Amino acid sequence: MRKATLFAGLVAGFSTFAFNAAQAVEIEYWQYVYETRVKAMDQLIAEFQKANPDITVKQVTFPYADYQTRVIAANMSGKGPDVMQLFYGWLDKFTTGGILQPLPKDTFPHDKIESEFFPIVSAMKRGDDYYGLPTAVRSLALFYNKKLFTEAGLDPNNPPKTLDEFVAAAQKIAKHDASGNITVEGSTLDMGGQDHQWWREVLIRQFGGAPYTDGDSKVAYDSAAGLKALNFYTSLQLEKKIGQAGFMDEGQAAFRGGKAGMTIDGTFRLGSFKTIKDFEWGVTELPANAEGVRSNYASYFANGISAKTTGPKLEAAKKFLTYISSPEAMDIWLKTVGELPARRSAALTEANLKDPIYGPFLKGLDYAHTTMFKDEAAQRQNAIDMVNRILLEKQPVEASLKQAAEAEQEIIDAAKP
Amino acid sequence: MAMNEQQGAAQGRPGGAFGDRFSMQTKRLLWVWGFLALPILFYAVIRFYPTAQAFYLSFTNWDLLRPAKLVGFANYIKLFKDPQFWKVFKNTFTYLIVGTPISLTLAFAIAYFLDRVRFMHNFIRALYFLPFLTTAAAMAWVWRWFYQPPPIGVINDILGMVGIPQQPFIRSTDQALFSVMVTSIWAGLGFQIIIFMAGLRAIPSTFYEAARIDGLGEFAILHKITLPLLKPTTVFLVVFSSIGFLRIFDQVYNMTTNDPGGPLGSTKPLVLMIYQTAFNTYAMGYAAAQTVVLFTILLIVSLLQLFILREKK
Repeated sequence: MRKATLFAGLVAGFSTFAFNAAQAVEIEYWQYVYETRVKAMDQLIAEFQKANPDITVKQVTFPYADYQTRVIAANMSGKGPDVMQLFYGWLDKFTTGGILQPLPKDTFPHDKIESEFFPIVSAMKRGDDYYGLPTAVRSLALFYNKKLFTEAGLDPNNPPKTLDEFVAAAQKIAKHDASGNITVEGSTLDMGGQDHQWWREVLIRQFGGAPYTDGDSKVAYDSAAGLKALNFYTSLQLEKKIGQAGFMDEGQAAFRGGKAGMTIDGTFRLGSFKTIKDFEWGVTELPANAEGVRSNYASYFANGISAKTTGPKLEAAKKFLTYISSPEAMDIWLKTVGELPARRSAALTEANLKDPIYGPFLKGLDYAHTTMFKDEAAQRQNAIDMVNRILLEKQPVEASLKQAAEAEQEIIDAAKP
Repeated sequence: MAMNEQQGAAQGRPGGAFGDRFSMQTKRLLWVWGFLALPILFYAVIRFYPTAQAFYLSFTNWDLLRPAKLVGFANYIKLFKDPQFWKVFKNTFTYLIVGTPISLTLAFAIAYFLDRVRFMHNFIRALYFLPFLTTAAAMAWVWRWFYQPPPIGVINDILGMVGIPQQPFIRSTDQALFSVMVTSIWAGLGFQIIIFMAGLRAIPSTFYEAARIDGLGEFAILHKITLPLLKPTTVFLVVFSSIGFLRIFDQVYNMTTNDPGGPLGSTKPLVLMIYQTAFNTYAMGYAAAQTVVLFTILLIVSLLQLFILREKK
């Protein structure tokens, strides 16, 4: 009896082996560790393998702080992933390093990409080629604390729609003690958080300018619009006193702690804010200017195919990438991770648009801009320093802006391959 | 199996084939070097090879992505022209020049008096040593919150109660470096106190008795006996603490994560600049040049201190 079972097992094993030998492919997928992302990817891989039994996908993860270095180091040693996740801002580095291959046009036709995805997908294009496709995208919105709104006599169901309303509401909410120290912020001011994106892609445009020109390779904010935008931003602390940089360490901490009426943050903060128990909060679109001009900053992690992947592995990688950027995958991602689908059809469904939380973020996607960072960390630092010079060292706004523009141009030029 | 054992026994026995060829002296040397070979090999591979590699890399433009190309002294020239480097250089030496004397004076004063305390001596000593056992990152975060403006910053709350206006601490370009330095001194204090106390205990009490019989005052005893005899301990601690301040990183990085080394680079030490150049910008060649400069500084400072504080005979 035992022999018979063993024999049967052997036969079965051999036959599947023989059957699969020709096609069985294992590909490796890399992303950074973030619990819900890993979970979502596990689910996507399971679904994918069900539909493609001849392909196995192995998910490998690294801590975020290490991730980029790992990919680059693995590429050097010739052992990288077949499909990998990358931040859109890393693309220049990855293409000059020859880490990625252009997406094959037969599987990923350009006209389809351009018509089906949100326009920010263009950040994955270099020359005539796309190098990756996002599953999900992130945008900014204004979070507001309904409890503080009510306490300040504001309507918690009617959050500010314009910059003027935003300032007025913030001034009503902000509280100071006898010696002038702020105790409750009207709105958080945190350049190290998302405010530098708000200033760069939203405020400058709302004051009539543009942050950069020439594919974001020329700094253009040393202009009247840039000056107005920076004046507006720094006056929030210096004149209107609605908030203070560094209050409760970080803007998001102040909001979480119920000590800030409003904060500008991204979809990625939803998970953390959903655990708030002490008060109800809402989300609304970033305030428009007086003429109704709106803007937003969107970013995303995309998935690309390694330059070293060829033959049957490449075929498998193409199939896998197609699946993880399909509407079905995006839906799973939205439900598990809470990030917005990158395809219009999957994102702009009636249910999503009506959702009080996802709605404002999705509306923002339609008019969002994506900064083509050349050296994201350095450019962000430059914006932080620009505001700090004004807030801490009392440098005139105009001088600080000029200095920042020159320094950023140097950073951009130095990062050129 | 049995064969092997027999052979092993035969070889190990004194006067065997192995023993006949070498003298006792040579055999001992062989043993010693046999044991030393392992750590030497380890150091060669783990320490010396990477050090040599860093020197080589500092003359290249390696960026992890493309093969390294030799660029001569370009990295060093760029470094000496970089205003950020000089700021960081000044910061690093401020940590060293202000931090080391303060921490050593403080540690000595505490050790000196703690040595005389009998009441709860061990408990107090343990309290002082506790911060040394704590993870630098955890400690830095706690201090980061201490330094916050009211209502959450404990220090500012206390200042407010006493009627002193609130201080910006790590949000100010003037105070941030010293705020970070205080936590670093506090963290290293326990270790220095223990070492100083061990040094104090090692001084024979007969010296003190003789001095007292001769009618020397407390200050004279401290000046003429305690301090000179404590010199080896002091030299060790000065070198140790200087290297610690020159390599300061954890405290700064953790207390300023949203603006590392900020505000406006006012707390940034050389090590943090190296880290950012290497792992944010991936300019490995440039980072290697900075590392070589740090290495040279460490070497010069250590040699200088050993020279100044050397035993005069």
